[in-house]
Amino acid sequence: MSGILNSSIGRKFAMALSAFFLMIFVLQHFAINLLSVLSPDTFNEVSHFMGTFWVVQFVIQPILIIGVIFHFVMGFVLEIKNKKANGVNYVRNNGAANSTWMSRNMIWSGGFILVFLVIHFIDFWFPEMNTKYIVGDMSGLHNGEFRYFHELQEKFVPIWRVALYSLGFVFLALHLLHGFDSAFQSVGANNKYTKGLKGFGKAYAIVIPVGFIFIALFHHFNH
Amino acid sequence: MALDSKVPKGPIKDKWTDYKNKINLVNPANKRHIDVIVVGTGLAGGSAAATLAELGYNVKAFAYQDSPRRAHSIAAQGGINAAKNYQGDGDSTYRLFYDTVKGGDYRSREANVYRLAEVSANIIDQCVAQGVPFARDYGGLLDNRSFGGVLVSRTFYAKGQTGQQLLLGAYSAMNRQIARGKIEMFNRHEMLDVVIVDGKARGIIARNLITGEIERHSAHAVVVGSGGYGNVYFLSTNAMGSNATAAWKIHKKGAYFANPCYTQIHPTCIPRSGDYQSKLTLMSESLRNDGRIWVPKHMEDVMAIREGRKKPTDLSEDERDYYLERRYPAFGNLVPRDVASRAAKERCDAGYGVNQTGEAVYLDFASAFERYGKEQAKIQNIQNPTPAKIKELGQAIVEAKYGNLFQMYEKIIDQNPYETPMMIYPAVHYTMGGVWVDYNLMTTIPGCYCIGEANFSDHGANRLGASALMQGLADGYFVLPYTIGDYLADDIRTGKIPTDTKEFDDAEKEVTERINFFVNNKGTKSVDYFHKKLGKVMWDKAGMSRNAQGLKEAMAEIKAIREEFWKDVSVPGGANEMNPELEKAGRVADFLELGELFAKDALVREESCGGHFREESAELDGPQKGEAKRNDEEFAFVSAWEYKGEPSEAILHKEQLEFKDIELKQRSYK
Amino acid sequence: MNLTLKIWRQKDSNTKGQMVDYKVTDISEHMSFLEMMDVLNEQLVNSGEEPVAFDHDCREGICGMCSMYINGEAHGPDRGVTTCQLHMRMFNDGDTITIEPFRAAAFPVIKDLVVDRMSFERIQQAGGYISVNTSGNTQDANSIPISKHAADEAMDAATCIGCGACVASCKNSSAMLFVGAKVSQYALLPQGQVEAAERVQNMVAQMDLEGFGNCTNTGACEVECPKGISLENIARMNREYLSANLKG
Repeated sequence: MSGILNSSIGRKFAMALSAFFLMIFVLQHFAINLLSVLSPDTFNEVSHFMGTFWVVQFVIQPILIIGVIFHFVMGFVLEIKNKKANGVNYVRNNGAANSTWMSRNMIWSGGFILVFLVIHFIDFWFPEMNTKYIVGDMSGLHNGEFRYFHELQEKFVPIWRVALYSLGFVFLALHLLHGFDSAFQSVGANNKYTKGLKGFGKAYAIVIPVGFIFIALFHHFNH
Repeated sequence: MALDSKVPKGPIKDKWTDYKNKINLVNPANKRHIDVIVVGTGLAGGSAAATLAELGYNVKAFAYQDSPRRAHSIAAQGGINAAKNYQGDGDSTYRLFYDTVKGGDYRSREANVYRLAEVSANIIDQCVAQGVPFARDYGGLLDNRSFGGVLVSRTFYAKGQTGQQLLLGAYSAMNRQIARGKIEMFNRHEMLDVVIVDGKARGIIARNLITGEIERHSAHAVVVGSGGYGNVYFLSTNAMGSNATAAWKIHKKGAYFANPCYTQIHPTCIPRSGDYQSKLTLMSESLRNDGRIWVPKHMEDVMAIREGRKKPTDLSEDERDYYLERRYPAFGNLVPRDVASRAAKERCDAGYGVNQTGEAVYLDFASAFERYGKEQAKIQNIQNPTPAKIKELGQAIVEAKYGNLFQMYEKIIDQNPYETPMMIYPAVHYTMGGVWVDYNLMTTIPGCYCIGEANFSDHGANRLGASALMQGLADGYFVLPYTIGDYLADDIRTGKIPTDTKEFDDAEKEVTERINFFVNNKGTKSVDYFHKKLGKVMWDKAGMSRNAQGLKEAMAEIKAIREEFWKDVSVPGGANEMNPELEKAGRVADFLELGELFAKDALVREESCGGHFREESAELDGPQKGEAKRNDEEFAFVSAWEYKGEPSEAILHKEQLEFKDIELKQRSYK
Repeated sequence: MNLTLKIWRQKDSNTKGQMVDYKVTDISEHMSFLEMMDVLNEQLVNSGEEPVAFDHDCREGICGMCSMYINGEAHGPDRGVTTCQLHMRMFNDGDTITIEPFRAAAFPVIKDLVVDRMSFERIQQAGGYISVNTSGNTQDANSIPISKHAADEAMDAATCIGCGACVASCKNSSAMLFVGAKVSQYALLPQGQVEAAERVQNMVAQMDLEGFGNCTNTGACEVECPKGISLENIARMNREYLSANLKG
């Protein structure tokens, strides 16, 4: 077992595991966001629960952050190693003949997602952390009402942010279009279920980001 | 020197067992003091190198490719014979022995062939243990197919890539020994001479094909498993690099060369399409199980097809000449390779060839589509199927059987063989002749062995399908590792052979001089120019049928080409670098000598046997009129040639063949 | 047809190479790609220039020696073929064809289009075999029944010709398809089970040591593989490797 992370297969396995974790996270994030469209009250309640329940805040959240950082760092490390393995570049290389753009540009889609995440953290996560743990207001209230829904709505008033977030989700979709199947292949799942899984992966990779975009647009037009 | 085949005494079925019981052995502790050089790492060389290393010898193996896995054994498609009798159809060691001797037209050494048949079953066991994925049936047991010229199903196969899988098996065994340090592998190295010390083979001179460096390697014995010399014809189904250099070098240093004229010309190859052609491609003999071979009956149809006015499918049954079925009603399209090839040549020589070059006949699957289609319609219970439906059902069956071959054909010729008949023509495929060896597989140079296609031993004048792989592996896995011990037992105290001796100096000097000649000879013609010229003479005058007049001309013409070659060959580039033209030059120089000896041998053998057809020796009348006529009274011998400078001056030694266990008969396929 | 060829020329492994333009004329569409290269080389030899060195041998798609990167693809634009089986009818009169060696840090160029694939050899030596000596006493070939399905799948994996197109096509220069095929062949057969764990660990370790990249599942290798080796073999190797490591 020792040294497994130093092997090529161990690394790709670790990438896949962190990817699974992140895909599940994105799914639950989406589910909660969707509540903001369906029922602002439920959204507020769930947000407050997630924001104050200690298991989420002090166990799952750190794991998530580590997972995100691991996935990014390992992604960049692999990219550097792979570039080194290339040696001299081809004068003419027709990658489109044998693979998808998405599969060849995971580092770019991933990189843009990282940029997006930084913006996202500045928008939501840092203010949230500030309110809760620096100011010390754990009530979740603003003027006597839950603040979560209003904060969300207000963020999407400026059209530039909506556009930026939409772009971020386009990259997420591109990343997932390859990443979903790829993660399964990396853990060794390639069998008679693969075809169905691929269909599901495509659906996941498109529905979730489009859903996020829809939510952003919804709040932009309905505030 | 009188030839001694060293065949042990006793009844044929006990010879090998008794011999092994009495042979000298080298004790395991002593083997590690003994070095063996193996040149060539195909099925024979690869299996020998692995087995010798397992036994404990220090092996140095040489391959001109970048890996042993690339040797041309890899291209064998059909299968490997073994007398396992898994099908319960009456196969036995004796029957395999009998079929091989008969198939070889009674020109092989009985004791060797019997031993081959005896160890054949071990080969399959060994390969399965190594993880060779032979085809299996639904019960999980090994499957067999049947091949031309025999009455039982004894051919084991791995799809259409049996040679590949067997070679990868031997290669894996080698890899294990390379990892253990018991085999030192020299990839991209070519042997350019053998070094003889005190009358014994004690090393080789090799060229590192990457750096051009000339290296000396010493050993207590040298094993040559460098394959056949089919490329003497320029166009053959051999790999581009397949060459006779190692075999020819040992010949020049004292090893007799046997039966050079025995060449197998395989009937089902893809025809030549133009002068630029670099090699020919074989399609498995199994195609003849279902394909029918024909040419148009009338010359005007031939012309119309050549000019593109008619398509072969336009011709009615009446307008077609199924010449094999006409001439050989009993065996039809399944006559042996040599017979099928000559019949194709006869039709094409008469002007009935169906492509632009006039050298192609049709191999037609239309009736197979229909036959299988009707059968399938019955099985699938389809009432009154349309002809189109029948064809579709039949094509599916043919595709399952030969799909990869049809696809290969389509890629090369750019015609869909499901819609129009395939075109085929014979091509040089295998050489039965080679370095003369005794029962121990030792050449006439003490300590120098020769195995696989490179030696002459087991196939006589014609080889049966699926027997080449069997022989290569039998020699390498099961024969040589025993017999070499008998010789090496005397060498346990010899110690390492030094390479700083006069013998090595002289051999290296000779090699270096020749290389320097090539790179400094600023001639005007490329190596290929001479090779093509040689090939044309060989094909025209020493090809599928030969006569005294043509062979005499061939000898003179080859000599003239050789002289021109040494004057006017141009080899660009230097000696101390990777230089493919230089490699080719050395090989073609050797072919230019071998070709002449080939013609001389064919001239001396005034009989027709197996792959060697002398026009003067044909049945003149009776039911066999026009067929090959063997002459057992005068020619039941192996011709072993001793090198004396010019090939025309080579001296013939005869090894008389005795047939105690098989009665000599004329082969009849009528 | 008449063509312009842009070919990588490099004197030896220590010299820098560059692309050089050549013209060939009267090329028949029935020629194989390597026969077209023969025409060019004959032309070069006749004009006293050094011909282009390239690896080739069987010219029927089985030895795995030929290895050109043609117009940005390993073995050129056709599918399921090696360079030697590629025909000129895939190209048009007047085309410019770019010909480069297979590229990867683990495949250094020896000369022109010839690359050194010894890294593949060393991977095989690390465990690509079943440890069984030659003897006349191995058990009978039929004593272990092997299901037809397993035998066929092992055969499919075993058809790899070791040409290196997978590495050349991979944007990461990963050798996982090659290694996966060999690991799979033995993993699928009962004979290979005894050493299965050590085999996959040793072969993967050697693969990493040789400097091949990491697989990111682009699937380019599978598309360009002349023998259609499936990505399933990589998945199987991943499973074999993980279970070998988890078992200790």
